[in-house]
Amino acid sequence: MAKTLTQEFTKGLWNEIPPFRLVLGLCPTLAVTKSFYNALGMGLALTFVLVGSNVLVSMLRKIIPAEVRIACFIILVATFVILVELFTQAYTYGLYQQLGIFIPLIVVNCIPLGRAEAFAYKQGVGRSFLDGLGMGIGYTLSLSVLGAFREIFGAGTFLGGTPNVIKVFGPEFQPFQFMVEAPGAFVCLGLMLCVMNMLGKK
Amino acid sequence: MRDLIKMIVVITAIAAVSGGFLAGARDMTKANIEKNKLNFVQGPAIRKILEGASNDPVESRFKLKNKDGQEITFFVGVMDGKPKAVAFETFGRGFGGDIGVMFAVDITNDSLVGIGVTTHSETPGLGSRAKDDSFTKGWKGDAIAQDFKVKQEGGDVDAITGATVTSKGVCLAANAAKKIYKELEADIEKNAQSISIK
Repeated sequence: MAKTLTQEFTKGLWNEIPPFRLVLGLCPTLAVTKSFYNALGMGLALTFVLVGSNVLVSMLRKIIPAEVRIACFIILVATFVILVELFTQAYTYGLYQQLGIFIPLIVVNCIPLGRAEAFAYKQGVGRSFLDGLGMGIGYTLSLSVLGAFREIFGAGTFLGGTPNVIKVFGPEFQPFQFMVEAPGAFVCLGLMLCVMNMLGKK
Repeated sequence: MRDLIKMIVVITAIAAVSGGFLAGARDMTKANIEKNKLNFVQGPAIRKILEGASNDPVESRFKLKNKDGQEITFFVGVMDGKPKAVAFETFGRGFGGDIGVMFAVDITNDSLVGIGVTTHSETPGLGSRAKDDSFTKGWKGDAIAQDFKVKQEGGDVDAITGATVTSKGVCLAANAAKKIYKELEADIEKNAQSISIK
């Protein structure tokens, strides 16, 4: 059962990659992956929150009484979420406007809470840090890929929202509008999961 | 009993430390956030309602404190070579939280120049229409002697269909603005005049 430290880190990148394998945190996954830039921003925000909350929960695991652990987790997660909110607001305002409500909603996102409960509350600081980092990077990767797909086919652009927007197709390209809408996100997510399962089976 | 005390102590301590930490972070980012809001949220609204001003109203601003000790930023629009209008932001309770309203008054005859919604968290498609021109264009030219009220309450503000609470929230913000303007009228005029000298 015991995993090496490397395995703690890499499991978040493929075997237990959120949101595909854990199927947690789907709400922002569907909502913010309209473009690559938003998806990346959301992923990084979550990574920060996840690493921070995992480390702190793990550090405090001996003092937090089991009866009130969830409340304590939420306070810790919320603290990091507000930090992220303040910093995106102060330094990347465009991203803050795009992500809007989904940054504060990380508080109730299942991933930080799930990792705190299922992992960090039982494990040491080092392992929790690696777990948080791995999961965070995995989430960022998933979101970015999903965001890139949806943006390229749904809007015909890449890196929209940044100064150097790339038009992927020629001027005759008709955007596949369906992809940037919520049902398109589900379909795209399903297709990606399908491809991942096919690769994993081998 | 001991367990109970431990729970209370731990959770209080965690909350207190987190709170202190966040207060620090807030102070650190405050200046930048204010600047960003000015550029991205308030700026466009101000420039829109003070259209035709020969200066940049966002740059010509001053701060005053009202009776409650709140600091309010006033933006001055120069028209026909004279400081003619001031705009400032107030808040009113809407359906989904506070609605920020930029309220512009003509200081020469105390009439309303216009309003613009800056921030809100209203329902998309319903309350969010408070941002649209069709709602804000009616708010123009009236003397600001009377309280702003929606038509159902005997006022003359056309409420947005399906978003009466939002419309009332905007009225609340406008009334708050009116009160602030009345209270600080002399100071506002004095400060506005000094801006044109620069």
